[in-house]
Amino acid sequence: MNTRSKVIAIIAEQAILEPKDVTDDSTLESLGIDSLGLVESIFAIEEAFDISIPFNANDPTGGDFDISCVASIIAGIETLLSKQS
Amino acid sequence: MKRVVITGAGTINALGASVPETLAAMREGRCGIGPLEFRDVERLSIRIGGQVRGFDAQEHFNRQQLSLFDRFTQFTLIAAGEAIAQAGIEFSDELAARSGVVLGTAGGGVSTWDDNYRSVYEDGKNRVHPFVVPKLMNNAATSHVSMEYNLRGPTFTVSTACASSNHAMGQAFCMVRSGMAPVMVTGGSESMLCFGGVKAWEGLRVMSRDACRPFSLGRNGMVQGEGAGVFVFEEYEHARARGADILCEVAGFSMSSDAADIVMPSKQGAARAIAGALTDGRISLDEVGYINAHGTGTTANDKTECAAVADVFGAHADRLMISSTKSMHGHLIGGTGAVELLACIMALRDGVIAPTIGYEEPDPECALDVVPNVAREADVSVVLSNAFAFGGLNAVLALRRI
Repeated sequence: MNTRSKVIAIIAEQAILEPKDVTDDSTLESLGIDSLGLVESIFAIEEAFDISIPFNANDPTGGDFDISCVASIIAGIETLLSKQS
Repeated sequence: MKRVVITGAGTINALGASVPETLAAMREGRCGIGPLEFRDVERLSIRIGGQVRGFDAQEHFNRQQLSLFDRFTQFTLIAAGEAIAQAGIEFSDELAARSGVVLGTAGGGVSTWDDNYRSVYEDGKNRVHPFVVPKLMNNAATSHVSMEYNLRGPTFTVSTACASSNHAMGQAFCMVRSGMAPVMVTGGSESMLCFGGVKAWEGLRVMSRDACRPFSLGRNGMVQGEGAGVFVFEEYEHARARGADILCEVAGFSMSSDAADIVMPSKQGAARAIAGALTDGRISLDEVGYINAHGTGTTANDKTECAAVADVFGAHADRLMISSTKSMHGHLIGGTGAVELLACIMALRDGVIAPTIGYEEPDPECALDVVPNVAREADVSVVLSNAFAFGGLNAVLALRRI
């Protein structure tokens, strides 16, 4: 499974949706993921990719990691993975 | 209904090892938060906290006691010793039989859990010390206070996360007011500053890596503290009859449940608890001069708390002061309301309002007088102490000058 499909699977599971219903331009809000769901998704992504995502729930939109939509989350993970390797 | 007064106070926390030291620090706006020091701290991403420093348990307790006293119990006994000494009260006969202890803690003996899990999981040992259970149980501190001071009446521990102490003191207040007990020793304690304790909090992503800046624009989360606050709540006539020095009156108490979300606070739940404490104490809005805020420094708490205060007080919200001393001693979780009650007593007795330190810029969503950075002299006759816990459990106490 590539990065994209892994991330979509994680987000879909959190949103209780089928992966096909999660698209690049979906926002977490539009998928019905609340603040707790967001923190859980970040955790699941960190575990799946063995990375550390800079994310503070007090300022979800601050920091370098862009969570505004699914595509930006995937891009952020790819950046972290490339830095790691 | 009886009147209830406070006749003794004790504490140990990041600001000091006694009430006078703590109040001096609050007056100066000193910060007790600094780099955490304990095993494996380098594996944490959150490395600051309001740790009690320079504390040598062996100076206070013997070897046998130390085998039974977790750090949260040690803090409790030190604070209880100061409070009961100030009250100048000895418990014997009928007084002992009817007086009790009700204390708050969220985690109990967290470092005892941590040390022993490490021992069996990481070090692979198959045997633990025989006193692990009596040392870590949430009621250990309460029971040791009861034993130490011969308090034989109603005695138990309250655990409602960050509101534990306020719920405990509210219970003690109701018990003295109803005549169930003439004297109650009450307050709370917490000591979660160990690897496992901080690691668990780290997971929630609400902790700040640099500072606790309640109500300030750009605040980025809470910072944990540790310690204890303990008080002697006494029936007014009982205190007068023995010529006790009365610190203030406990005038009202209220609690509410948001029944909404396990972590997100609710304006309505907080407002109902604040308004309830005023009704309970027959306090009019314009009597309240100061509120010791829950003020955790998270985005969600601080704006919700300010909105609740504005809702309850209307125009008077702009005339009262509200500060969060968590900016100095950190968030003591189950012990926090107890240490914060000291700031309330200082406001009533000394006319000094403890500041919210670390304040950088006004946040339009927290547009109240938060006493930024510098303590202030003020004449106040009624104060409130807010506590709003995870789980949506709220507890607010009202104190009155006497």
